[in-house]
Amino acid sequence: MSVLLEVKNLKKYFKTKRGPLHAVDGIDFKINKGETLGLVGESGCGKSTTGRVVLRLIEATDGEVFFEGEDVLKFSKPQMRKFRENAQFVFQDPFASLNPRMSVSEIIAEPLIINKKAANKQELIKRVRELMGIVGLAEALENVYPHELDGGRRQRIGIARALALNPQFIVQDEPVSALDVSIQAQVLNLMEDLQKEFGLTYLFISHDLGVIKHMSNNIAVMYLGKIVEMSDYKSMFADPQHPYTKALLSAIPVPDPEIKRERIILEGDVPSPISPPPGCRFYGRCFARMDECKDVDPVLTEIYPGKLVACHLCKKDG
Amino acid sequence: MENAIQSNTDLKPKKRRSQFGEIWKRFKRNPLAIVGLVLIVLMFLMAALADVIAPGDGVFAGYNLQDWNRIRQFPSAEHWFGTDDIGRDVFSRVVHGSRISLQVGFVVIIIGITVGIPLGAIAGYYKGILDNVIMRFIDILLAVPNILLAIAIAAALGPGITNVMIAVGIGAIPIYARTVRAQVLAVKEQEFVEAARAAGANDFRIIRRHILPNCMAPVIVEASMGMAGAIMAAAGLSFIGLGAQAPTPEWGAMLADGRLRMLAGYWHLTLFPGLMIALIIFALNMMGDGLRDALDPKLRSGGFSKKRFRRIQLAKAAAQNNSGEGQ
Amino acid sequence: MANELYRGKLLNISDLSIHFFIEEGTVHAVNGLNIALAPGETIGLVGETGAGKTTTALGIMRLVQSPPGMVVEGKIEFEGRDLLEISEAEMRKVRGSKISMIFQDPMTSLNPTIPVRDQIAEVVLLHENVSAQQALFKAEEMLEKVGIRKERSREYPHQFSGGMRQRVGIAIALACNPALLISDEPTTALDVTIQAQVLELMKDLKVEFNTAMIMITHDLGIVAEICDKVAIMYAGSVVETADKYELFKNPKHPYTIGLFNSLPDIEKDEDRLVPIKGLMPDPMNLPPGCPFHPRCDRAMPQCSEIVPENTEVADGHVVRCLLYEAEHNKEKGV
Repeated sequence: MSVLLEVKNLKKYFKTKRGPLHAVDGIDFKINKGETLGLVGESGCGKSTTGRVVLRLIEATDGEVFFEGEDVLKFSKPQMRKFRENAQFVFQDPFASLNPRMSVSEIIAEPLIINKKAANKQELIKRVRELMGIVGLAEALENVYPHELDGGRRQRIGIARALALNPQFIVQDEPVSALDVSIQAQVLNLMEDLQKEFGLTYLFISHDLGVIKHMSNNIAVMYLGKIVEMSDYKSMFADPQHPYTKALLSAIPVPDPEIKRERIILEGDVPSPISPPPGCRFYGRCFARMDECKDVDPVLTEIYPGKLVACHLCKKDG
Repeated sequence: MENAIQSNTDLKPKKRRSQFGEIWKRFKRNPLAIVGLVLIVLMFLMAALADVIAPGDGVFAGYNLQDWNRIRQFPSAEHWFGTDDIGRDVFSRVVHGSRISLQVGFVVIIIGITVGIPLGAIAGYYKGILDNVIMRFIDILLAVPNILLAIAIAAALGPGITNVMIAVGIGAIPIYARTVRAQVLAVKEQEFVEAARAAGANDFRIIRRHILPNCMAPVIVEASMGMAGAIMAAAGLSFIGLGAQAPTPEWGAMLADGRLRMLAGYWHLTLFPGLMIALIIFALNMMGDGLRDALDPKLRSGGFSKKRFRRIQLAKAAAQNNSGEGQ
Repeated sequence: MANELYRGKLLNISDLSIHFFIEEGTVHAVNGLNIALAPGETIGLVGETGAGKTTTALGIMRLVQSPPGMVVEGKIEFEGRDLLEISEAEMRKVRGSKISMIFQDPMTSLNPTIPVRDQIAEVVLLHENVSAQQALFKAEEMLEKVGIRKERSREYPHQFSGGMRQRVGIAIALACNPALLISDEPTTALDVTIQAQVLELMKDLKVEFNTAMIMITHDLGIVAEICDKVAIMYAGSVVETADKYELFKNPKHPYTIGLFNSLPDIEKDEDRLVPIKGLMPDPMNLPPGCPFHPRCDRAMPQCSEIVPENTEVADGHVVRCLLYEAEHNKEKGV
């Protein structure tokens, strides 16, 4: 299995009046061709920023992003243009991510026009219709404006736009969190079909653990700009190691009243990512904290094959 | 894609409804805006058909025809608005004056928009130094009262309607630049702009195709209100003698000419041009108000059907009555 | 029979229909809705966007904007009185004291210019015959109950995080010890770990105050967690209602089953989700017969003609579907 994307020590700090905001603070991961890495975490943990930095929609502060072995962050303008064709983005909000003044076909045609992928108008129209067919949008919707459509179909437009340039890699930033469950299932199935058909590689960002589990081969759990645990999806759910992962898993309300789980209720709120203290980011809310957690930031370490955890507790076990 | 297709087989083809159609639907709800629109349309017709309504040719076009036997006549069947100091038909002059006022309005808006929109867009999109330089220039323009600026420019370039248009036009730039800048600042943070960037669009395309079309609503409103202001300013400048020169039938200049005779009881010399100025400004402002509401997507489908509501209400009351009697 | 079930003691909504008369047409937001609730009981009102959950809640509070909205039919009996019959002045006494509401977005439901303590005290002053001093004291007590320390009681809403603001919302809602609490997606805007905190708190307070609750949500997990009964809403009416355990074990209505199948399961390793086909119907143009029939896998020809009646398939388990109506009638020999 070849690695398509590799991220090394990626950092993104935002300048704020109260000091640097550590949105992404040194993360590493790899995604194999044709696979999906699920990035899960709560709001403000830096998962969306990660997706944007990887595609250079915002510039990284530090680190490397290798796409097929080349560092994207060092790409020149022409190289970037080529990269944009290979790596696309699906946005969370199917309302804000579509230009309200453009019709469905205009939106889908936009990447093709920008990158001069159609020789003439006929070809362009043909390709747009083909894309609409692929994502399951009726041809009759060509001239409709996005605000006349429901969330599910709007998200299909966003997916068609991302597919227009035949990319290898798509960052999916909470693509279904704005949708109702019955529609969400339709869109998730579509994404799986597309992945199989076109051999796509996904970075799938979500706060919904159920959706993440369903979509991903591997899962990385983020907390305050850091990956705290990473493994394949099975062992993430069967054998969570990091206290935060445990709490997160236990916090999901399971739609079955018969299942009584012991719930870990975390104290307090997620602390501010502005000038975070040294030591483990989770220290303040952790139910298993020790003295050394306060000062020493744990490193993401492989505790058994395929299981990476950043926690002092787990290091001792290993 | 079996799932996708299956889930969409029940889609009815949507008929194309233009955005203009929706805006018009909301605009219609505002009766005052409709009044404004009708008045403006009439004003345009008057300007377009001025030669038909008040004919004549050459220097002796109807509005300039002097009849020394009929000076300062009050309105009559022959001269609807009466005649002025040198026996010219006031009605003809007022009709032809609409051409000048509308022309002034449009030229001023065009100057304001063509300079203001790009300045505002660049300032808002690039921020930083460019923004600072542009906006300080705009601030300077704003710091000088509009009419004073116009007077200064008119004085420097010499009196005349063209110079008035340039003067008022320059004074109109800041408002458009500011409006567009504020809009651009908001719109450029939206995800569809990021989506365009992800598709590889360059700045020019992003601004022109994705940002500006979404900034136009307040600009259109501003233009409609601004036109009123421009006509007013031009009339004012003409009134004080810096604008249109005799014998141009400009409403402001006509007011200035007539004002000396007002005290002598010749009310018609000032009433009709004054009324026209008031009417067009009223109409433009009403239309602007209506446009603002119609273009605001938040007010989409806010309309409520009074008729059906009442009908159901009455039916309900009747049903309650019946059941009451039955007991 | 089926009506037996609706003879709740605290709240009894029968055949409620709320429509909005807008220029484009009539929006059938709520259509013949029945819900019953006993004191201290919690019912989960589950449905997707546009199912009419929030309109129902506003209808109970008599806060549906009118015009264009109107309750065209039905009764909302609360503690034996029909809320639709009483005067606005009387209704004001009910709102906030006997029935109160928690909103989805705690930021917009709190006044940004007033300290949280004063906001709670205001509700207390409005409904209870106490001095300002006592009201403030009560406010602090309430804040403490929802886990906000006294020292923070003078802070403004924007100084609190989303979870904390929702706690303030809960404190306001419970300040007058209401008999009924309507929670409109109270945790949708919150992160999972914070949601867990708030749900835990609501569970405790519900018992402490013996408050009945209508929990509006789209999350079946939350229902399993906190509710006693469930009502599944579709296109403005309740299509299935039952005791929580019964409904999760034995869902009957094709829509309910579809909802369960659409959910990615954390416990199981499913290969593919089974979505409900199609889209939510347009509330201005509901399909004839059963509103779900165009999306239903088991639709029969008559489903597009006959509006199904409520059928009690098991004790307290009521389904609105022709599939069961026929079966049921056969059993009874009709």
